[in-house]
Amino acid sequence: MAAPMPAASSSPSSARRDGRDGLGGQAVAISLAVAAFGVSYGVLAVGAGLTPAQAVLSSVAVFAGASQFALVGVLGVGGSALTGVLGGLLLNLRLLAFGAALAPHLPRARLARRLLDGYLLIDESAAVALAGPPRDAARRLRVVGVAVWVGWIAATALGAYGGDLIGEPTRWGLDAAFPAAFLALLAPWLRERPGRVSAAAGAAIALATWTWTPPGVPLLLAALGVVPVLLAERRTRPAPRSEA
Amino acid sequence: MRSTVASLGVVVGPVGAVLLLGLGTLALKAAGPVLGAGRTLPPLVDRVARLLPSALLAALTVSGTLAAGTTLRIDARLVGVLAAAAALRWRAPFAVVVLIGAAATAATRALGLAP
Repeated sequence: MAAPMPAASSSPSSARRDGRDGLGGQAVAISLAVAAFGVSYGVLAVGAGLTPAQAVLSSVAVFAGASQFALVGVLGVGGSALTGVLGGLLLNLRLLAFGAALAPHLPRARLARRLLDGYLLIDESAAVALAGPPRDAARRLRVVGVAVWVGWIAATALGAYGGDLIGEPTRWGLDAAFPAAFLALLAPWLRERPGRVSAAAGAAIALATWTWTPPGVPLLLAALGVVPVLLAERRTRPAPRSEA
Repeated sequence: MRSTVASLGVVVGPVGAVLLLGLGTLALKAAGPVLGAGRTLPPLVDRVARLLPSALLAALTVSGTLAAGTTLRIDARLVGVLAAAAALRWRAPFAVVVLIGAAATAATRALGLAP
């Protein structure tokens, strides 16, 4: 799932309709943007060998788009399911950081409520929640989270069950929608040097290992792309512990 | 190690993989809200968690652009991804970037310029 903050601000008229801060219109705009992604996920999941029902189940069970793409990407090329799971979990490590950043602003509610907040935490809901006043963060997380959930599940079903109507996905360039979506997700990191370095290293590792390691393994190895950045930062800041 | 992972993968199957990914993802997403309240990650863990998506998403981008099974191949997808990159530079919204990537690839194929 993307972090399309530009899309979030693209509906000024709906901001007026929503009495307070335009949250409703923002949530709908984000949900629609995510839905475009969800349709192609549904198509690709079925193409990778899941049944349509399994594809919808996967969107409900995981509800974290990029990792779902990673899993069906590995399954689709005949890779080990466990490799796909590990790759997806590595991708989702960032959600741990989002959750940690949001936690101080969330109420000390029942366990079920906290689990639900966690379930609704994805890039978009976390970004919107962290962007406004802290006292209202929980409401923004839930409104955007539920809107994206509805759009994501419905779009997955549309792509999974209606994919046949679309016909051969390559004819419509849907195979390129995949990397285009990942590039769009990657864009925020490319604005700063550390992100650019780890992205370049990760891409280089994946390409260098693609033809001679089992399917899915290059994605895991690509995680080592962060190492050059960590080493460089260690050199320039010899005592990072003093910050904490 | 390699064969262990592969054989476990066969046992797990696609539905098992989906459920494992779902449980693991929920653990990652809910750790903050459940354990929560003002705690922060150790600096190194936090740094890795913030950087990791860039390395992984870049790997997914290049492999999605160039991979054909276990080989690499330049085809119409590259045109689409370059068009998507241009759209990103113009700060197009997410859905537009994806549509442009698909449309440029489809057009390249329709014109017979590349497979």
